[in-house]
Amino acid sequence: MVLSVSDLSVARGGIPVLEGVSLRLGPGEALVLRGPNGIGKTTMLRTVAGLQPPLSGAIEAAPESLVYAGHADGIKATLTVEENLSFWAQVFGSKDVSAAVDAFDLDPLRRRPAGALSAGQKRRLGLARLLVTGRTIWVLDEPTVSLDVDAVAMFAGAVRAHLAEGGAALIATHIDLRIPEARIFDLAPYRAAPLGLDDFDGAFL
Amino acid sequence: MRAGGGFGLGLAFFLIVVVLVPFGVGPQSALLSTIAPGILWLGALLACLLSLDRILALDWEDGSLDLLATSPLPMEGIVSVKALAHWLTTGLPLVLAAPVLGILLNLPAPGFGWLVVSLALGTPALSVIGTFGAALTVGLKRGGLLLSLLVLPLYMPTLIFGAEVARRGAEGMALGTPLALLAGITCGTIALLPFASAAVLRVNLR
Repeated sequence: MVLSVSDLSVARGGIPVLEGVSLRLGPGEALVLRGPNGIGKTTMLRTVAGLQPPLSGAIEAAPESLVYAGHADGIKATLTVEENLSFWAQVFGSKDVSAAVDAFDLDPLRRRPAGALSAGQKRRLGLARLLVTGRTIWVLDEPTVSLDVDAVAMFAGAVRAHLAEGGAALIATHIDLRIPEARIFDLAPYRAAPLGLDDFDGAFL
Repeated sequence: MRAGGGFGLGLAFFLIVVVLVPFGVGPQSALLSTIAPGILWLGALLACLLSLDRILALDWEDGSLDLLATSPLPMEGIVSVKALAHWLTTGLPLVLAAPVLGILLNLPAPGFGWLVVSLALGTPALSVIGTFGAALTVGLKRGGLLLSLLVLPLYMPTLIFGAEVARRGAEGMALGTPLALLAGITCGTIALLPFASAAVLRVNLR
């Protein structure tokens, strides 16, 4: 078991959005989170990544095993593709970026400033960052935004390779990733009950 | 520093402020040399303030702050390095430029050394306190003015003792006490404020 979430409740802006979510993720498993806009997919992933505390419930994962990728890619526009990747490789204590470059076909763009990349190319660079981190659990929020069909296949290939090496992935997405190993986890049944309006604190939310 | 941190912006601002003062005060060299240490310190402080909102805002916008927060680096280390980078690009050039600008303000000869010493000791505190202010206001739209309002009162002790060291140095008086206090403030802020900045940043990233 690499990641275990039990009875998790999360809030966005002080308002509970999800409650009672429990899921388990073993080595080589991927879970695709589904649910309508606003259900709390991003909030839940940020909570799992440790960026915000849960309202209640527990998240268990080995320390330093998670890597988070959100809506923004964290790319410095004035650095080249290779410099961007090398920076994150250094942050995560790894050296080699060539595997990440190859996995997302970034080799022709290596020396190009990241600011000159298209939206899809930037996203590919942001996803290539996952490979240089060497972390076991990928927590991905809408990873396929602005990717074309080929790039989505590239991404699916990278995820499958990661799973084959015993990694795990928790992915929020709306499209079919074509990853046969992935299970679908629908968040709709876990929508939190609305707050009572007589609640004094509720008046400030 | 290719990342557009505005290197040299603070320095140019410092230069212009100090050049403008003699125009405002008039060509009275005795008066100028009296107010020179204070003007130089105030100019350095305002120049420092100018670039504070860029310390964390760019990383917030492109999402790197979230990613850094989930990386193995401790948040305290991140804000310390951010403060160091701010000092190297803003504080250090100000320290080096101050003696040259001292000539424009007719700073008395013994004051040059002590001006550099006081700025070298004081500007790291300005960067560390400024990083704390930047952490407080990160994510706020147009938080620049709020940042200035929050940070300027915190700059007061550094300004008081820093300008005092420079003034006493220029007049050839004993300056051990303000120098020790200035160094103490800087050491204290460097030791303690990164923890506060990191805690504030964690709250702001939620």
